[in-house]
Amino acid sequence: MAECGRVDSNTSHTMDKSITLPPDEIFRNLENAKRFAIDIGGSLTKLAYYSTVQHKVAKVRSFDHTAKAAAGDKLYEISMQEEVTARLHFIKFENAYIETCLDFIKDHLVNTETKVIKATGGGAHKFKELIERKLGLKVDKEDEMTCLIKGCNFVLKNIPHEAFVYAKHADSEFRFQTTNPDIFPYLLVNIGSGVSIVKVESEDKFERIGGSSIGGGTFWGLGALLTKTKRFDELLQLASKGQHASVDMLVKDIYGGSYGYLGLTGDLIASSFGKSATADKDFSKEDMAKSLLHMISNDIGQLACLYAKLHNLSRVYFGGFFIRGHPVTMHTITYSINFFTKGEVQALFLRHEGYLGTIGAFLKGAEEDNPNQYSWGENYAGSSGLMSVSPDMNPMQRARSGTFDMLEMDRLERQLVNLPLLQDPSSYIPDTVDLTEDALAREYWLYCFEEALDGVVKRAVASQPDMPEAALRAEKFRQKYRHKLQTLRQQPFAYGSLTVRSLLDTREHCLNEFNFPDPYSKIKQRENDIALKYYQKAVKSLDELSWEEKQFALVQGVLAGNVFDWGAKATDICIFFFIPLSERPWLVDSYDQWLERLKGPPHKCALFFVDNSGVDIILGVMPFVRELLSRGTEVVLASNSGPALNDVTNGELQILTERIAAMDPVIEAGLREDRLLLVQSGSSSPCLDLSRLDKVLAMVVRERQTDLVIIEGMGRAIHTNYYAMLSCESLKMAVIKNSWLADRLGGKLFSVVFKYEVPAGKPNKDCGAFSPS
Amino acid sequence: MAFHSFPWFGMDIGGTLVKLVYFEPKDITAEEEQEEVENLKSIRRYLTSNTAYGKTGIRDVHLELQDLTLCGRKGNLHFIRFPTHDLPAFLQMGRDKHFSSLHTTLCATGGGAYKFESDFRMMADLELHKLDELDCLIRGVLYLDSVMSSGPSECYYFENPADPDHCVQKPCTLENPYPLLLVNIGSGVSILAVYSENNYKRVTGTSLGGGTFLGLCCLLTGCSTFEEALEMASQGESTRVDKLVRDIYGGDYERFGLPGWAVASSFGNMMSKDKRESVSKEDLARATLVTITNNIGSITRMCALNENIETVLFVGNFLRVNTLSMKLLAYAMDYWSKGQLKALFLRHEGYFGAVGALLELLHPS
Repeated sequence: MAECGRVDSNTSHTMDKSITLPPDEIFRNLENAKRFAIDIGGSLTKLAYYSTVQHKVAKVRSFDHTAKAAAGDKLYEISMQEEVTARLHFIKFENAYIETCLDFIKDHLVNTETKVIKATGGGAHKFKELIERKLGLKVDKEDEMTCLIKGCNFVLKNIPHEAFVYAKHADSEFRFQTTNPDIFPYLLVNIGSGVSIVKVESEDKFERIGGSSIGGGTFWGLGALLTKTKRFDELLQLASKGQHASVDMLVKDIYGGSYGYLGLTGDLIASSFGKSATADKDFSKEDMAKSLLHMISNDIGQLACLYAKLHNLSRVYFGGFFIRGHPVTMHTITYSINFFTKGEVQALFLRHEGYLGTIGAFLKGAEEDNPNQYSWGENYAGSSGLMSVSPDMNPMQRARSGTFDMLEMDRLERQLVNLPLLQDPSSYIPDTVDLTEDALAREYWLYCFEEALDGVVKRAVASQPDMPEAALRAEKFRQKYRHKLQTLRQQPFAYGSLTVRSLLDTREHCLNEFNFPDPYSKIKQRENDIALKYYQKAVKSLDELSWEEKQFALVQGVLAGNVFDWGAKATDICIFFFIPLSERPWLVDSYDQWLERLKGPPHKCALFFVDNSGVDIILGVMPFVRELLSRGTEVVLASNSGPALNDVTNGELQILTERIAAMDPVIEAGLREDRLLLVQSGSSSPCLDLSRLDKVLAMVVRERQTDLVIIEGMGRAIHTNYYAMLSCESLKMAVIKNSWLADRLGGKLFSVVFKYEVPAGKPNKDCGAFSPS
Repeated sequence: MAFHSFPWFGMDIGGTLVKLVYFEPKDITAEEEQEEVENLKSIRRYLTSNTAYGKTGIRDVHLELQDLTLCGRKGNLHFIRFPTHDLPAFLQMGRDKHFSSLHTTLCATGGGAYKFESDFRMMADLELHKLDELDCLIRGVLYLDSVMSSGPSECYYFENPADPDHCVQKPCTLENPYPLLLVNIGSGVSILAVYSENNYKRVTGTSLGGGTFLGLCCLLTGCSTFEEALEMASQGESTRVDKLVRDIYGGDYERFGLPGWAVASSFGNMMSKDKRESVSKEDLARATLVTITNNIGSITRMCALNENIETVLFVGNFLRVNTLSMKLLAYAMDYWSKGQLKALFLRHEGYFGAVGALLELLHPS
């Protein structure tokens, strides 16, 4: 049921104008806001605004080599350009501050063309007049439940690890769920003052299949009567300290022990508040609040299970102000669901739960822009709201509510989809180690990223020698990223899941935030230039080898090239072919199987996720690609859409490949005959999430009947995808360039991982694909 | 069949109440009379000549079944109850009246049969024959319905549940009752799907039952008995306490087919301090009754749907002198199922477990 009307008249004191709003931190990009949506609940207002963000991007452009070699040694030029992207900002404030916030918005709103503000929530009606007067915008009311479902669909589709399971006593309280590409059907149990149980079958089809009047309002109202405690949060506090067994009649109070015949344990509640009917004594507020919490949570859990069973649904999400990040209610609901379904159904909660209505209202308003045609992604750098108070400053903060920081969301210029070759998309987890669960690994990596920060700052400054204010921006970047790392140390769940990938991505996003779009651009350029000079020599020496020697040298080349990372020096190139790779057998070594496979028929098409610029791509990957092409295998080279570290971007790779084609007839023919394709991955990360790839890439992979996937490098093949199961043959190649990680995996620094996998029962089937039909 | 020596008792020791049924033989021959020991006579006289025992024991005279033939004997079946917390006084009485000298088997069911087993032994020198409460419940229900088919009907329902002015109690029988959803509302609630006398399963239960109603009423209004709580509830108005759909939407919430009078949030108005200060104890008692009753109705309805059962039989002492709840349940079943579900009630509300225990004494299964 709706959350309407739960404004305690006592709390709506006069609008407080004294709060100061630091304009740099909150309401970011407000001056460019294009659209607004607002969700006014009983005590909190949530505002979403859609704004354009201007930021610098690095572009590469090939020099015209046919005209004249006037550009000197350089292969391409790098330029900084301004790019405008769209971003969704979120902010919440107490209803008491709504006037201040509206004034602030009015003062900063310059570029908006919009005439309306979409509004939802029970309070929308109450504040309609105020908003219209203050902002001069027409308030357009949207149905609360429609907004809620729209928002829910949106976050489930766009935000990986949106849903989580809550386990109070586990090492890791929050267990994030992998995104299932198929989110429907599901059950949403919205616990506001009452409970609505909604079955969602598709984007536009949902139905309220039931509900209950025993909800958050019952906890609050009855709790206030019983304990003389007014505030909802305080009631939860009381409940978390109470002992329900002194108020409730348990099975053991009736049976003396368990009711073995029915399998009911002695601690089960037989009658809520049953003892207060028979025992003539005073009960503590804490105990009554706890008993009430159990009574309501169990009741809701039971009804949810009955509805889930009746409609045969296994995914049940819980939301509403009763849940809203409160660990104590998530725990009791989880307990109840486990009890009633004997573990068959898991209670799922959503990170963005409090913002679903706002997001939905925004989407309603943006329908003409087809917001669903794009994918969206969280921006780890940005939060438009006030910084979350760190837990040591206010230990109550975490227990109270708002466990997750609300990050901004970027509209991505493409639709992201699954790699069609994932064996089981619903169980695919990109990340190898979950740092929220693995405390040791978390410690190490947080330390590691903090240690590396100075170097990153220096690199960023050095990348913009012509800009005197770069040092200042780099310093701001340092502060921001360090603050994020510190927050994560205290609250590993602050931004959802925590992985090496998210730490790397956070750094990239923060660099972008302070206009360091590509700190490695010049290094990459230099490395590419130098490596190109050795290409022909490398190919020639490879061609002189016997077939078997050559196959090994090619693998060795990819691995060795991959070691060349983090700014190789020119002199090192000479020793490229002599890099002391560890002796075989490698840490993971299925080279013999790979070699055997190569003796068989060629693959139809190989998809190669490439890693670094320079030696890696030019002297390692390209000769390997050349061999594949020579065998008659088509090759799709998938590279990053945007920069990340020294990874080669699609833009750079286009130029490099053209240059190589000019020297190498095999590559040239591959391009000309459309057997070598360069496709962007859709990612701008040093890691790889195979569930979020550019739709075009997925299409190409499908069209070409790709039967081999090659993933190279630590970020893509170790930190992520190490355990990824594909439906075709796959090759994961990396050298472990971190001694701690090597140690963890049971190897040494520079241990080699060469993992060739064939899905069970696949080779025979694949043979069919080789035939011309 | 071996004749079982008198006295014939069946006992159901619940979380709140002890239910006792006693068969008083009326066909005692002179010979028997002579042989009958004094203790037995005294017990019979004590039980049948009083309607109240001690401070809290009560015989429900209106439920008494006369001229009943049980195991070849004719007699009257008496229905007695007292609070579980007065069990020690009961045991003391048993001891004083030398009950144990009668060498009878005392068949008992309910959780208390297990919990107080050693107390029976220690305090009254009595051995309990413990029986499962759900087995007894079903046996009792089926038995009473069958013996009552001649006299006033045991089973009844409410005609026109949606119309308060024409809502009347109508007798019926449990002919071809299966499958049947049996909802036993005591301190807590058990919901059983019954397919035949010996084939049933416990579908689920809820802790929001009669104990919750009384417990919350005691805390909210300071009352101390079920009768008091019900009396207050009958005078109160729950709509001052609950937030209705129309309080939020101004009328029906048509998009979801919710009528304006439906409760959106039980006790929802009590979130506001002003409203907390303006409600009466009677309103609170009424809201508690409505909340608990509707919730039981709602869970029952879901179970009926999941189990594909259309007949629902409500029993248990929560319904004793509680026409308010019965009519609410009848209405809720009818309204939310669009007439599919039928709510049935039984006159001997809470005594079926005890009757089942007595039957076990006479016809061991």
